[in-house]
Amino acid sequence: MKTYAYFPGCSLEKMAYSYHQSAIETTRALGVELKELEDWNCCGATAYFHVDELLAFTLCARNIAMAEKEQLDLVAPCSGCYKNAYFAREALLHDPDLAEHINEALAEDNLQFAGTSKIHHLIEIFAFDIGPDAIKAKVTNPLKGLRVAPYYGCQILRPRKGKEDVERPRFFEDIVAATGATPVEYLLRLRCCGGALIITNRMAALSMVRNLLECAVRARADLIVTACPLCQVNLECYQKQVNREFGTELNVPVIYFTQLLGLALGIPPKRLGIGSELVAVMPAIEQALRTEPAPAAT
Amino acid sequence: MSAVTSAQPPKEVDAGVSFVEEINHLLYAAKGNPINTCIQCGTCSATCPVASAGYMDNSPRRLIAMIRAGFKEQVLKANTFWYCASCYQCTVRCPRGIDIAELMYGLKRYTVWRSEYQEGLIGPSFSETFVKMIVRTGRSYEPVLATSYLFTYGLPEIIQEAQTATALMLKGRLPLLPARIKRLDNFRRMIRKIIPLGEPE
Ligand code: SF4
Ligand code: SF4
Repeated sequence: MKTYAYFPGCSLEKMAYSYHQSAIETTRALGVELKELEDWNCCGATAYFHVDELLAFTLCARNIAMAEKEQLDLVAPCSGCYKNAYFAREALLHDPDLAEHINEALAEDNLQFAGTSKIHHLIEIFAFDIGPDAIKAKVTNPLKGLRVAPYYGCQILRPRKGKEDVERPRFFEDIVAATGATPVEYLLRLRCCGGALIITNRMAALSMVRNLLECAVRARADLIVTACPLCQVNLECYQKQVNREFGTELNVPVIYFTQLLGLALGIPPKRLGIGSELVAVMPAIEQALRTEPAPAAT
Repeated sequence: MSAVTSAQPPKEVDAGVSFVEEINHLLYAAKGNPINTCIQCGTCSATCPVASAGYMDNSPRRLIAMIRAGFKEQVLKANTFWYCASCYQCTVRCPRGIDIAELMYGLKRYTVWRSEYQEGLIGPSFSETFVKMIVRTGRSYEPVLATSYLFTYGLPEIIQEAQTATALMLKGRLPLLPARIKRLDNFRRMIRKIIPLGEPE
């Protein structure tokens, strides 16, 4: 069984607890273990980088150093935490003076950054480590007929890490297809949900959320799946406010990709945290779940 | 010298250092090309979801033109960087390889250090509240954060926010108590190694 150090991040403690539950359930079902860092701290979100970059890197380095102590690669389910940890590691690796300075601070907590643990987003574990074929082989409830819009958002893809194609990714569609659902093609799948603007410029963020949701709904999506707690909150919890401000009648469920996977793997909705959404999910998925469970493919 | 900027305000620059050089220094840590290489093609503005929806007073392309023309006052008072969502769409598409999103971060820090930003913005006080909270507990906590922006809202918005918060509360999605990390003493000592400014409270 492959094991990763798991850094849930602040949102998954409460606001996105269903993401945490479903991440644990689905990785376990697919033979991967997520071992939670024993005393992780907030990665600084975007706000910390607005004020002080050095301190922001230090916060990230502390989490990375704890993973190194366990000799495990680090996995983050939140796109913001992932991006911060990934690029903090890059910065420390490429700037020995910076690493030395930060290591002096980490010594206060008996930690040390060496750069031995790699950083992954949770979706990468499913997309590249486990892979769509292995997922498909474990599917017991193919979600036939369900039209699902995969929403990538920003920070899984951007900024670029190397020379990879950030304009035409397919890995999220492949995961959706592995569940038996139909991945919906829509234009704004890589477009920003507004992120923290939901607080710092509410109307700008609401208009971005509106565009995204309308685009997915026009493409006849029954449901949207995300891989980030901030995207989920913006797209789902603010739908009512979008309707109020723009006179729209949006009512599309937004769940985590791990919840979708869990349903296809036959895990009961409740254990995946389904039911904690503000836009009800069951009406959209009931029909797909009612279809005869197929025997697990070999 | 580390390439990364620290908490102290940048030293007063020599009269010989132009604003554009100052900004390029800010970006020393970023991997992208300096902004002098900008060809003003407008790709960044066209691809920016915030600028193209009409919420920025100066588009990213225009802001870069203003920096290069030395319009320091106007640049620091622009809302562009505080309304940047850090989506990195401009960065990955710029034909000259300029890290525009990182420029926006740099300008946020620059204006926070100098306390020189457009009045009425939520971004600066939100960021400061966030930072204080993490230094105190090691974790973030939504209800405290809300206090940094709700007072700027009008009544209709407050009511909508309250309704959203109530709905989340009923679903058990809002924390009632702030979380804190276990080794908080070590954590605070670690922070004081980075910001040598007495108690971080
Ligand atoms: S995309 Fe790059 S080169 Fe074009 S205007 Fe923007 S910063 Fe300049
Ligand atoms: S990173 Fe900021 S400036 Fe660039 S496209 Fe996104 S919101 Fe616009």
